[in-house]
Amino acid sequence: MKLFRMLGRSIRDAFKSVIRNFSLSLASISCITITLIIVAVAIIASFNVQNFTKEIEKDMTIVVFLDNDTTEKEAKEVERKIKNTDNVAKYTFQTKTEVKQKMQQESEVFNTVLETWDDEDSPLKDTFQVKVKEIEKISNTASKIEKYKHVAVVRYGEGMVDKMVRAFSSIEKITYGIVIALVLVTIFLIINTIKLTISARRREISIMRLVGASNFTIKTPFIIEGMILGMFGAVVPIIITMYGYTAFYNHFNGYLFSELIKLIKPEPFIYQASLAILGIGMLVGMIGSASAVRKYLKV
Amino acid sequence: MDLIRLKNVEKKYKNGVTAIYDLNLAIEKGSFVFVIGGSGSGKSTLIKMLYREEKPTKGQVIVGGLDVAKLKNKKVYKLRRKLGIVFQDYRLLPKLTVYENVAFALECLGEKKDEIRVKVLKALEDVGLKNKVHSYPDQLSGGEQQRVSIARAIVNNPKLLLCDEPTGNLDPEKSMEIMKALNDINKNRGTTIIMATHDEKIVNKMKKQVITLKDGHLVKFKQKGKYENEAI
Repeated sequence: MKLFRMLGRSIRDAFKSVIRNFSLSLASISCITITLIIVAVAIIASFNVQNFTKEIEKDMTIVVFLDNDTTEKEAKEVERKIKNTDNVAKYTFQTKTEVKQKMQQESEVFNTVLETWDDEDSPLKDTFQVKVKEIEKISNTASKIEKYKHVAVVRYGEGMVDKMVRAFSSIEKITYGIVIALVLVTIFLIINTIKLTISARRREISIMRLVGASNFTIKTPFIIEGMILGMFGAVVPIIITMYGYTAFYNHFNGYLFSELIKLIKPEPFIYQASLAILGIGMLVGMIGSASAVRKYLKV
Repeated sequence: MDLIRLKNVEKKYKNGVTAIYDLNLAIEKGSFVFVIGGSGSGKSTLIKMLYREEKPTKGQVIVGGLDVAKLKNKKVYKLRRKLGIVFQDYRLLPKLTVYENVAFALECLGEKKDEIRVKVLKALEDVGLKNKVHSYPDQLSGGEQQRVSIARAIVNNPKLLLCDEPTGNLDPEKSMEIMKALNDINKNRGTTIIMATHDEKIVNKMKKQVITLKDGHLVKFKQKGKYENEAI
């Protein structure tokens, strides 16, 4: 009961202090707002990059082309070997006839060209489509399979996609760096704001100490004040996240640049992101004010 | 029972000045003690050590069973709750009314509102300020302000009341009012009072125990003492 009463008093004092030092509070709030907008963009970007990387990885397949003259029996032999290879999750087999049919369905041009070939002189090859368990070991697995008898060529998603994933992940890292730097600057600003409110209330604090208020009682209002500043600072970034991302998603119909980059659906993603932003804002406010209290109150 | 006991206490400030040399004292519960001496005699330092504003460099200071020297910063509030302190400059909060100033002490301790009300009104009655409850400190005279600060000091019913020159800013007439209030508190509540002062008239008139300090040494500890100039 007593704890709740003290907490109620602390919250009341914190709100009073925010209002009393309004211009100062506004400075901190706007600083937190700017930081959190950038944090929000970073969160949205990095989650999308992760999502997109995962999607691409899911699609990564080793395609095993067999020699043209491979018999059905020899193909079975290869299949057995692939099955026993490490890191192979699953595989499918397509005969050259199936490949032909599939390609014919895909485009008009292929259809007319492929029509002229029969099974005997078809340049197409029987293939295995192999999915791996761990994407990092894909090249290792591919080279193992390539050594098997009757295997002509092995292909897997090298090149373009690989480079893109790498570029995106380095962008992600840079964003993290910027976010951390901004968070530190904001913490520093909050330390200064709280420091000023503390010095304005020096007398009150000294009397509190004289009459036997515990450190908890003295510190809590300031820490709650920091959290309130963080909370107010999170309002605009959350609105931007909720409406901005939804609008962005709708504008691009869920894809960025090409069908390859699929965006995360706004719901429930925007709610999770908003919650994270609110949490970061309050945490930053709390850390800032707690360190200010420790430094300048010497309690 | 001794409420306060000092054993071989020495206080040396960081700037090299020694304010108290090898002080031994025992003060009984319920007594009224004056601490007298000239400037730099160490009376303020003695009072400050009793409420743990300053730590002794050597020796033991025991107040109400608590070893003050060993008390960690975090735990100082435990000592402060057992005592009330009155200063020369009142230390009231200007934006709060008389009632709020006194209630502030109890609010900091998280007491219930209706309990606070009862205690605050009782304390204000004891110092004779029940009719000024809603005034602000700047609307009061010096003597009244000091009585508010006394009310704040005794509102939590402490065992010990420390006064550092409480009449230093007041004229003789107001000073006597304050002394009367303090004397009543001592008698009616049984609060032990230790008061540092250099007001000769007050000490001579009250006829209480007197501790005389000179240059950090204890010169005399007398029952029903007088202000003796030769000691200073």
